[in-house]
Amino acid sequence: MMDCTCGRRAQKAAVDKVLSAFRTICGKDNVSLGEAIREQHGKDESVHRCRPPDVVVFPRCVEEVSALAKVCHDHNLPIIPFGTGTGLEGGVGAVKGGVCFSLRNMDQILDLHPEDFDVTVEPGVTRKALNAYLRDTGLWFPVDPGADASLCGMAATSASGTNAVRYGTMRENVMNLEVVLSNGTVIHTAGKGRRPRKTSAGYNLTNLFVGSEGTLGIITKTTLRLYGVPEAMVSAVCSFPSVQAAVDSTVQILQTGVPIARIEFLDDVMIDACNKFSSLSYPVTPTLFLEFHGSERSLEEQVSTAEEITQSNEGSDFQWARDAETRNRLWKARHDAWYAAQALRPGCKAYSTDVCVPLSQLPQIIVETKKDLLESRLTGPIAGHVGDGNFHCLMVVDPNDPDELHQVHLFTERLARRALAMDGTCTGEHGVGLGKRALLCEEVGPLAIQVMQGLKDSLDPRNLMNPGKILQRGEL
Amino acid sequence: MSGRVLVGVKRVIDYAVKIRVKPDNTGVVTDGVKHSMNPFCEIAVEEAVKLKEKKLVKEVVAVSCGPQQSQETIRTALAMGADRGIHVEVSGNDYETLGPLQVSKIMAALAKKEDAQIIILGKQAIDDDCNQTGQMTAALLDWPQGTFASEVTLDGDKIKVVREIDGGLETIKINTPAVLTADLRLNTPRYATLPNIMKAKKKKIANVKPADLGVNLTSKLEVLRVEDPPQRQAGMKVETVEDLVGKLKESGKV
Repeated sequence: MMDCTCGRRAQKAAVDKVLSAFRTICGKDNVSLGEAIREQHGKDESVHRCRPPDVVVFPRCVEEVSALAKVCHDHNLPIIPFGTGTGLEGGVGAVKGGVCFSLRNMDQILDLHPEDFDVTVEPGVTRKALNAYLRDTGLWFPVDPGADASLCGMAATSASGTNAVRYGTMRENVMNLEVVLSNGTVIHTAGKGRRPRKTSAGYNLTNLFVGSEGTLGIITKTTLRLYGVPEAMVSAVCSFPSVQAAVDSTVQILQTGVPIARIEFLDDVMIDACNKFSSLSYPVTPTLFLEFHGSERSLEEQVSTAEEITQSNEGSDFQWARDAETRNRLWKARHDAWYAAQALRPGCKAYSTDVCVPLSQLPQIIVETKKDLLESRLTGPIAGHVGDGNFHCLMVVDPNDPDELHQVHLFTERLARRALAMDGTCTGEHGVGLGKRALLCEEVGPLAIQVMQGLKDSLDPRNLMNPGKILQRGEL
Repeated sequence: MSGRVLVGVKRVIDYAVKIRVKPDNTGVVTDGVKHSMNPFCEIAVEEAVKLKEKKLVKEVVAVSCGPQQSQETIRTALAMGADRGIHVEVSGNDYETLGPLQVSKIMAALAKKEDAQIIILGKQAIDDDCNQTGQMTAALLDWPQGTFASEVTLDGDKIKVVREIDGGLETIKINTPAVLTADLRLNTPRYATLPNIMKAKKKKIANVKPADLGVNLTSKLEVLRVEDPPQRQAGMKVETVEDLVGKLKESGKV
């Protein structure tokens, strides 16, 4: 412990030494020691407590990022990249202090190629900002995690959204990255400016950095795959007598080749919460929310096929809508789910679990998880992207009750291990961050962890890039 | 009844852009800056297209006044469902001084030429925030106006308009032909889709000069200076309530 404190004191002294170098590089207005600023940059939207960095810098271009990184490297200072701070696994916590690189000033949308369906963006560009920019082109970027997150941040956490079942996650949609490594070297993972739709050139560095959560380098540009805005959309809702019936319908819809865009599951506890919160009257039973994209003609076919399937699985109250206002009304429950869950216990915080299993295992894991929730007397309505086998328990917990927090933590571990036992993953979309490092070891096994550690050691030998995340080290 | 709707669409700096004042304070930087259709004009186009989809009107004509680039704005309107476009060419100094009075004269002339039944405009443009063109156009034509419309219903040869006013909502019934201006809650504009953008390339855009319409573009307004709003000053922390009251008294606020 003594060593740790001395180390931190020495590091603070090092930070003081480099401040003038930082100010020269990015201007003194873009270097902040203010307590409020540091605290703002030491936490995200997870339950992990704030771990503020020693200083926050706001570079304006990749050259400044590189120069700042060199200084940090020369003085062994931790580097924590920061996008929008909307992560859910404590990824931006500066557990060893150091320098937070807030990239929000790099907010350009560059190199849009509408005929090639690609665009390059800097880290300050969020997904909603990009789609607003693209609105006249007929194109959009469909990956839609809950938050209006930085696209480069989404690349760093391999984010996903409700329409991954049709459009994929960040892994499938990042074509190239510009990355600054821990020593300031700037690389382009697929070659500078390159954006072919496919390639078999060399190691797939692009997907090495996707999901690396800032532990291998700072992402300063991402080239994204765009899609045509759907000509028309239809939304539908259907109730089922059991989780099994809902999941069976999902599997069968996918098997018939319906290119469904969204298929969301809400359990009875969640539906009840939504009814209370939004004054709705859905039957309180497992429910599927579906969305179809396509031309007018193809939509008719998609919807009628889906309806037949739900009926054959004892689905009832199948409703669908075409125009924007009615669609939003039908989906209101799903849209308000997060708030409805929190409203179950006012004054409490909500924490979202995140596991993903093969589709066939979904009914079993949901049934077992609901049993666990009841036995542990925890509030955890369930919402899930069933098309991917991914679901979230929205744990509503009293932040001032350490006992309850502990119970939630244990529950989450049991849930993750349940998913691992069913050939799944401990994190479908949110990343490993601070809290799932041990689970990652269980998931991929010690030999794969060794390979991961080898890559980390090769790219960041001094362990400066976002220390304490993804991989565990002896002293932490 | 012609069943024809004229919709005015203005090309403005995109709402998401950070505006910068030119160093010589004569205006704002527009070179190399992203431009798009004024958001209230998008709502106006959407309403016109909805009327056509309900078969209450027969043709939607999108009009824009400006330089060559205004044609892009018209193309967006065509991709949203307008049938054809009219580009009124205004460039150079005439474009710098183009304002609501000149545009309303153009719209009035076009309304007569095209035998329009309804004119729908955005309530205001986000660059000048004038909120005058609709009202002036109605006055020049001596037509009724339904401004700040949040709901529009065609009822025979009359239009019922629900208007957003300071006190709440006001419902009026006006005769056609009429001018409407679109407020924020009138509708949610559709996105242009690729197939519709491709179809729009084949729709016609006619080129017209203001002189052909007998319109004089002379402006009686001269912009003297454009400035940034004052920089926000840092706040001050005080230790006690007495200090706070003292400071408030000092600055004359109490």
